[in-house]
Amino acid sequence: MIFKVFPKKKLSLLYELLAVNTMVGPTLKGKDRNGKSLYDFDVLYTFDDLALDYTATIHSAKRFVLPYHEKLSSFDINKTDWKKHVDINVYKPLVFFGMHPCDINALNKLDMVLAGNVYPNPYYIGKRKNIFIVGLDCSPEPQCFCHSMGTDSALHGFDMFLTDLGDKYFVEVLSATAFDFLSQIKSKEPSKKDHQHYKQVNALKNKNFATNVETNDLTKILDLEFDAKAWDQWGDKCLSCGTCSNVCPTCYCYGVEENIDLDLKNANKIRSLHSCNLLDFAKVSGGHNFRPEKSTRLKYRYYHKHRGFVEAFEESLCVGCGRCGQACLADITPPEVIASVRGKE
Amino acid sequence: MKNKLDFIDIMHGSDGHHRKEDPNSFEYSYQAEITNVYSLTKTEKLYQIQIADPKLRTKFTFKPGQFVMLELPGIGEAPFSISSSPVRHGDIELCIRGAGNFTNFLSRVQRGTKVGLSGPFGTHFPVEKMHGQDLLLIAGGLGIAPLRSPLLSVLENRSRYGRVDIMYGAKNPDELLFTYQHEEWRRFDINLDITVDQADKQWQGRTGLITEILKERIQESTDLANNTFAIVCGPPIMFRFVCDMLTQAGLPMQKMFVSLERRMHCGRGKCCRCNIGSTYTCIDGPVFDYWSVMNLKEAI
Ligand SMILES: Cc1cc2nc3c(=O)[nH]c(=O)nc-3n(C[C@H](O)[C@H](O)[C@H](O)COP(=O)(O)OP(=O)(O)OC[C@H]3O[C@@H](n4cnc5c(N)ncnc54)[C@H](O)[C@@H]3O)c2cc1C
Ligand code: SF4
Ligand code: SF4
Ligand code: FES
Repeated sequence: MIFKVFPKKKLSLLYELLAVNTMVGPTLKGKDRNGKSLYDFDVLYTFDDLALDYTATIHSAKRFVLPYHEKLSSFDINKTDWKKHVDINVYKPLVFFGMHPCDINALNKLDMVLAGNVYPNPYYIGKRKNIFIVGLDCSPEPQCFCHSMGTDSALHGFDMFLTDLGDKYFVEVLSATAFDFLSQIKSKEPSKKDHQHYKQVNALKNKNFATNVETNDLTKILDLEFDAKAWDQWGDKCLSCGTCSNVCPTCYCYGVEENIDLDLKNANKIRSLHSCNLLDFAKVSGGHNFRPEKSTRLKYRYYHKHRGFVEAFEESLCVGCGRCGQACLADITPPEVIASVRGKE
Repeated sequence: MKNKLDFIDIMHGSDGHHRKEDPNSFEYSYQAEITNVYSLTKTEKLYQIQIADPKLRTKFTFKPGQFVMLELPGIGEAPFSISSSPVRHGDIELCIRGAGNFTNFLSRVQRGTKVGLSGPFGTHFPVEKMHGQDLLLIAGGLGIAPLRSPLLSVLENRSRYGRVDIMYGAKNPDELLFTYQHEEWRRFDINLDITVDQADKQWQGRTGLITEILKERIQESTDLANNTFAIVCGPPIMFRFVCDMLTQAGLPMQKMFVSLERRMHCGRGKCCRCNIGSTYTCIDGPVFDYWSVMNLKEAI
């Protein structure tokens, strides 16, 4: 891998060079009741919109590759005949400035299902391939458990990755395009001292994780504890609102619906993100519901992330960003759920 | 302009990557036409559906047990098992129960309606692996729809199989499907046993559970463990009873096949609606051997 360094004051220059493209990144959205700043990813209009010292955003970055609602196709209908038009809805590249490792890893995980596997999804791939990602290191917050999930550093899936060394940025360069931009701002080869400093910064970060989730043998434990009482207890608290999936960077489940215009001449086929915690997720014709109880639906969300996905792709579908726990009105957090299912209250 | 990032147009291959699947095929559906509709019962109809382009029609191949997604623009899309024989290629038959918005709308359409068809999707019943063996084809209710495809395929290759028993149960005589074909099937040297839960005045056949017929059949068999395969289609409660009975009689679980139903919104392993833990019913199923089903939490 190629490494570079550049002084911090050149960051705005890098931003300006990239800003001939559409820019997206973390930006301040307001304050909560306690005066805590709230951030989210959004389109940026100036360098000042960018909030690089952001704490975890409310929503993840997924809407830029997997919009909440998306038109899959449209139909021109002419009485008995019709024609189908398919548009994967991607027109120009986008620069994502300041993505944390968990969110980069989340995209890598989405790639496994949506871009790899049988039937690669062009709506997703088209957008994913047209995102230039500038990654950014972070400092752990109390709810973060990416360390336990092995997603606290990103190995691939970005173009360049910045680590804050105080007065300069240490950059990992993964793409030729990124290299080109860094040459334009005259970034330098890192010195031995920079290497040392970079390692110290990362070591310090590793020490600062407050939350841990024990993932050893989790796949087997989830099978062994399939009927554990803990699921019912969490199920009783759950509101089946689906907020957890809404904010999660890796929840990708969806439903498809078709609508027809009143004049019966045009119709659309729309994909909308769904949540396995919603009542109708597994309901089939004849009214049978494979997961009628709140507890079985909640359990399924954990089961898919921490067991099913591991079996299919050798790693968990959770990146430990903690967003679902933060957003849940019933205070249901993955570290607590997993600990209780393991029998450790 | 310099610094403008290149647009990568994946639909026209400008990313230069080798891909297993053409990205255009993801949302592709064949233009097809409903060429005939037959009423089978009060709620079920048989739809003959033909892919419009004759070349694509012959190129369309499937295996018994696979399903298609049927689309009516603006109304919806839903998965249905192909109910016809694979030798008919893209001239398929679907046996569909009016169960909701989409299927009830479908039950009112006329011959000549244009529909979209995608697939075939999913796993199939390994009828070729069953050559030389006795077969138990067991269906309950609408389960005869997915079972009919392997059944027809077996009848077309009758000499390749040993003894063939079809056991079919329905709630009452009015709900029996494909009654007009039962005599034709019997001509192929098979045993067709039909039972209903509730007889009406005209009913002359058996009443009772399908497991009772199965019990008799098991008693007649000499070497179930080695010379028999079973295909069981029906509601989960039914195939569980049947499969457990067969397991107890010595038939290995990997020689019994069932077809699972789940909610499906893509058929392509993407929407996750059909997911059972690590398994996508649409690509890893819908046909599973009983061992795999037993091993899946909450599969039945
Ligand atoms: C592999 C497979 C093979 C099938 N084969 C047949 C068959 O041969 N014959 C047959 O009659 N039926 C078959 N079905 C069931 C058929 O797909 C449903 O009857 C149909 O989706 C109901 O749609 P609807 O719009 O009429 O119902 P809706 O108006 O949507 O509502 C009826 C119920 O169907 C559920 N539903 C909605 N969309 C789907 C969906 N895509 N998949 C499953 N359930 C859904 C709803 O939750 C609701 O409970 C099969 C299903 C699967 C998964
Ligand atoms: S776990 Fe929390 S956020 Fe998720 S559905 Fe239940 S109540 Fe809503
Ligand atoms: S399940 Fe929760 S902690 Fe894990 S990736 Fe999703 S939102 Fe983050
Ligand atoms: S039907 Fe969408 S994943 Fe199986």
